[in-house]
Amino acid sequence: MRSRLKLFIPLVLFAILALFLFRGLGLDPKEMPSALIDQPLPEFSLPELGGASNLSRADVIGQVGLLNVWATWCVACRVEHPYLLELAGQGVPIFGLNYKDDDRGASEWLVELGNPYEFNIVDREGTLGLDLGVYGAPETYLLDAQGVIRFRHVGIVDQNVWATILQPLYQSLQAEMPVQ
Amino acid sequence: MSALRLLLFAVVFLHAGFSLALIETYEFRSPELEARYQMLSEELRCPKCQNQTIEDSNAPIAQDLRKLLHQQLEQGASDEEVLEYMVARYGEFVRYRPRFGGTTLLLWMAPVLLLLAGIGLLMLTLRPPSGASHKKPTELSAEEQARLATLLAQDETGNNS
Repeated sequence: MRSRLKLFIPLVLFAILALFLFRGLGLDPKEMPSALIDQPLPEFSLPELGGASNLSRADVIGQVGLLNVWATWCVACRVEHPYLLELAGQGVPIFGLNYKDDDRGASEWLVELGNPYEFNIVDREGTLGLDLGVYGAPETYLLDAQGVIRFRHVGIVDQNVWATILQPLYQSLQAEMPVQ
Repeated sequence: MSALRLLLFAVVFLHAGFSLALIETYEFRSPELEARYQMLSEELRCPKCQNQTIEDSNAPIAQDLRKLLHQQLEQGASDEEVLEYMVARYGEFVRYRPRFGGTTLLLWMAPVLLLLAGIGLLMLTLRPPSGASHKKPTELSAEEQARLATLLAQDETGNNS
């Protein structure tokens, strides 16, 4: 009887393997958790797009918001853009990080396509991008009111991503905020 | 004919020039620094193109990281400092040989565990099966011996008739 049961070992192994492979189908290997989750947003001092003064970390914190890394050379950012406008229309604060871009092109883009951003940080050399661990655009960081990075989404933010991932986090972070 | 040669020449050498332009070269203070640059750029993984080192990859982020690596080495950073800087921003993922422990523990232990499991399975398969088939043959009792004799005798008579 025992030796009969042994015959099922390959079947069991196959089932386990199939389970892992099936799980793998639904995973995106490009999706990596940021190393900066639950870490404060790095300090920076960078110019504002179309502005005269420099922006720093203090300008971004104080409310729960999104930090969106974008550039005019990024095709996916163009796809994402209309949805960001919609979110901004709903009152979600979005800060732009114009990543390794050209100022004029970026300003023209915002005039042409609309501006969902509270303001844009100009990161021409990608220094803040490097401190954030940005490896492509678009990337979107969810910041809490203390300026701590709570979540990073790589790729386009659309209706689906917002509703299933970002919005629940956003709302719970807002609930954490002390009422003023 | 010469036009064809010129074309061939152009194709070969213009292409060579082009590929040289793709990977930038860095000047180092010492050959020792350059060797460390080589070593580290082959150890660091490009976050964008996940199966390439930053040495190998032409993604913009890999270029940035190479530039950064060069800067840091020239400023006298140690290998550990460089790796720590990168890991703080891109996670353990950025190293092809991640630190032992924590989330990478299973990754490091998997080969050993699998080997042990394999040895276990092998021993289980090679072990002589215990059970009836391997019992020593026992002697027949006198009664059984007598029965055997009659059976054989019957068989013999049956065959002869």
